[in-house]
Amino acid sequence: MNTLIFRTIAPFLTALMLVFSVFVLLRGHNEPGGGFIGGLIAASAFAIYGIAYGVAAVRRALWFHPMAVAGFGLFVSTLSGLLSILAGVPFMTGLWITPHLFGVEIALSSVMSFDIGVYLVVVGAITSIALALEEKESD
Amino acid sequence: MTMVCLFLPFVAALAAPFLTRALGANAAWVLALAPAVSFAYFTGYLPEIAAGEVVTGGYAWVPSFNLSFSWFIDGLSLTFALLITGIGTLIVLYSGGYLKGHPQQGRFFAFILLFMGAMLGVVVSDSFLMLFVYWELTSITSFLLIGFDHTREAARRSALQALVVTGGGGLCLLAGLIFLWNITGVTQLSLIVHQGDVVSQSPFYLAALLLVLGGCFTKSAQFPFHFWLPNAMEAPTPVSAYLHSATMVKAGVYLLMRLNPTLGGTPAWEILLPFFGGVTLIVGTFLGLRQTDLKLMLAYTTMASLGLLVMLTGFDSEHAIAAAVLYLVAHSLFKGALFMVAGLIDHETGTRDATRLSGLAKAMPITFVAALLAALSMGGLPLFFGFLAKEEIYHALYAGDLRSILFTTVAVIGNGLMFALAFAVGLKPFVGQKLETPKHAHEGPALLWIGPLVLSALGLLAGVFSSFAHRFVSSPMASAVKGVPVEVTISTIPHWGAALALSLVTVAFGLVVYLQLARVRALMVRFIDALGPGPDRGFDAAIAGLVKVSVKVTRFVQPGRLEIYVTATFLLLALTLLVPPVLYGELPAMPSWPGDMMVQEWAFLAIALIGLVAVLRASNRLTAIVSLGIQGFAVAVLFLLFGAPDLSFTQFMVETLSVVILALAMTRLRLMPSDHRPIGQMLWDAAIAIACGLGFMLLLMKSVEGVFNTALTDFFNTYSKVIAHGANVVNVIIVDFRGTDTLGEIAVVMVTGLAILALIRVRVGAQKPADNDPDAHEPDHRPEPAGQTGGR
Repeated sequence: MNTLIFRTIAPFLTALMLVFSVFVLLRGHNEPGGGFIGGLIAASAFAIYGIAYGVAAVRRALWFHPMAVAGFGLFVSTLSGLLSILAGVPFMTGLWITPHLFGVEIALSSVMSFDIGVYLVVVGAITSIALALEEKESD
Repeated sequence: MTMVCLFLPFVAALAAPFLTRALGANAAWVLALAPAVSFAYFTGYLPEIAAGEVVTGGYAWVPSFNLSFSWFIDGLSLTFALLITGIGTLIVLYSGGYLKGHPQQGRFFAFILLFMGAMLGVVVSDSFLMLFVYWELTSITSFLLIGFDHTREAARRSALQALVVTGGGGLCLLAGLIFLWNITGVTQLSLIVHQGDVVSQSPFYLAALLLVLGGCFTKSAQFPFHFWLPNAMEAPTPVSAYLHSATMVKAGVYLLMRLNPTLGGTPAWEILLPFFGGVTLIVGTFLGLRQTDLKLMLAYTTMASLGLLVMLTGFDSEHAIAAAVLYLVAHSLFKGALFMVAGLIDHETGTRDATRLSGLAKAMPITFVAALLAALSMGGLPLFFGFLAKEEIYHALYAGDLRSILFTTVAVIGNGLMFALAFAVGLKPFVGQKLETPKHAHEGPALLWIGPLVLSALGLLAGVFSSFAHRFVSSPMASAVKGVPVEVTISTIPHWGAALALSLVTVAFGLVVYLQLARVRALMVRFIDALGPGPDRGFDAAIAGLVKVSVKVTRFVQPGRLEIYVTATFLLLALTLLVPPVLYGELPAMPSWPGDMMVQEWAFLAIALIGLVAVLRASNRLTAIVSLGIQGFAVAVLFLLFGAPDLSFTQFMVETLSVVILALAMTRLRLMPSDHRPIGQMLWDAAIAIACGLGFMLLLMKSVEGVFNTALTDFFNTYSKVIAHGANVVNVIIVDFRGTDTLGEIAVVMVTGLAILALIRVRVGAQKPADNDPDAHEPDHRPEPAGQTGGR
């Protein structure tokens, strides 16, 4: 697997896939996509990078432990659900605000942050499994 | 305010460690304020309750399940609440002196206050569930307190034993309460007392009774569940004085008294309670006589007293109830005091061995006064509250028929032996020639003697001012137990009669035993040793047996070999899918040949098939895994063709990642690159695989056979954009309409990830990586490396 071609294109492929995963995540509400699929794409991106450059490189690039990323995701999702307490509506009710930034109307919602949480959980959990499996026993 | 008083001990428990860190043992003075305030508050209810009123209150807890956090204070609850908070105050002070300088004193205060809050909750609870929660909380805090000195194995064992016995009893109680709830339809103790007829007529009466008794007898250490109580003496003495004599062990008696109007008055009640109570009384005093440890002597008399209380509760006469009530209060006072005296002697002399203690009166005069007063009350001599109790007991039991004679005899023997034991603890160590003790004996600090002195003095005061005590405590409590107003009138001035005669017999008998204590003790040791091992050993054997069985079961269901897990899982799956449709004739009809399939659909079906053939033909495992991917991608494309982009998208990603992860797992497991299963094994595995596939096919065919209900589809299509502002219905369902489900799912993903990570880590730490060779012999006791046991 460790060919020159693969090693050369792997960083670009990973970067592209990560950007794409975020794109898929954000468009999810209206077009095919969403946090789950986005997370899977990002996890594959890290897997590719890992196969090409080794686990240590991925861990360095990620900076955080992937399980911490997953934990943060779960936290974000839970928090998004709990936001509805402030509004006095049942748990998990979607809340929307549409601020105008630089003249563009942007729809932000607790639903979106929830989906971002889903994304992070999927990336984190799957990446940590894949990385742990890839790691040599001597590590 | 009642609510505040109920929670005050818990608040104090939270503050205890910090206060103790700041103030040391003097924190006791501050912490004792919590129970003292509650005590003062509950005292305020006395006139009201004495007038026959009840105090109720509470909050809806889970209104949708008709559960409430509600209290109900009548004479019975109030007396208990006063005992708990009153003795609790003294015990907190006593613990301050007893554990002075102990590094974990703060923790001890926290535990004991926690227990106090729980016990208070038990006796004021109105709703069943609240009672049960507090009941179990007392078991748990008792566990913590018995095991307080957790570095000693004996303490740990006793703690665990107490938890198993009382916790197990708690489960019985829960079942019993559910029975009562089902029979009557009410979940409140204040209401169920009026349902006595309904309950005793019910066919489930006996079941409910036995289950409730299971809870009460274990908690109140009735024979044959008594063994945990003496073992619980491993706890520091304040705990023994408080939990294991004055309060917690009386929780069982409390509940029996509380349910007396509901469950009582039936033949079963009047046979079971006196029988077990009587046996416990005799067994307790006999076992107590053989002991030389002051605390153990007291522990067995506590057990005997609890037996006496249960026995009396089983008699449905006013006098018996009054006797039980009087004895309960008297016992709490004198036994709490005597335990504290025993601890005080231990603390100051360094030993609790009755044979090594003598002539302490001069060195410890205050302790001696407290001990003597308590012993006089326990011995049931005139002027003391214990005397009233004993008079009333004989008054209640004495009659001409055989049953009465039997139980009167039991009571006389039990009381006589307890008389002897009372003075063996309260008098014998203080008189006679002074013996050398490990520590130089001298009077303890005030924190230590306040408690016993106050309690034993109260035993005298309550006896002297008996009409006062009856008006505010005995009569309201007896009325609550009986369910109708009862007037307790007995006074401390002896009247000639059968009761007094029996009292004299008791005292004479007790005196003889006391004077011949050493000889009686030796006799008892021989007698009990001749009987063989008791239930304590039985408990050990039962636990050991349980461990053995669970090891066997675990070895059977968790053999630690991946192929067995996989085979079992898929075999079961195939059976689940195939057996019910065949059994119930639910097999799908043969579908018609699809005539309108497009050429590209055929093409991708063909690709999927080619992928499968490639899997089967692959000689190399890696090739097989990648070929499996072909089939997955083909199916993903089919999803796309049928208009499910989200599904196919996910399928693509899942397929890719599973190929990657499977390949990684394969290399990790160091499998042989090719498959070398024997042909028979291969056929068997193939049969399971085909059965699973067939099962899924039939299930899918069956589920699309029926008319598709479009209600949900219509709903989501209509409202997705309107309510949730999203056009992608699938995603809107996932993150909005069913968002809570998704939250649960991602939590599962996260936990699964953690579990897998842990398993892989175990593998990294293992000495020798598993080669997963099915033919290799595995020694039984080696922990299998995790890579091999996906299901662990």
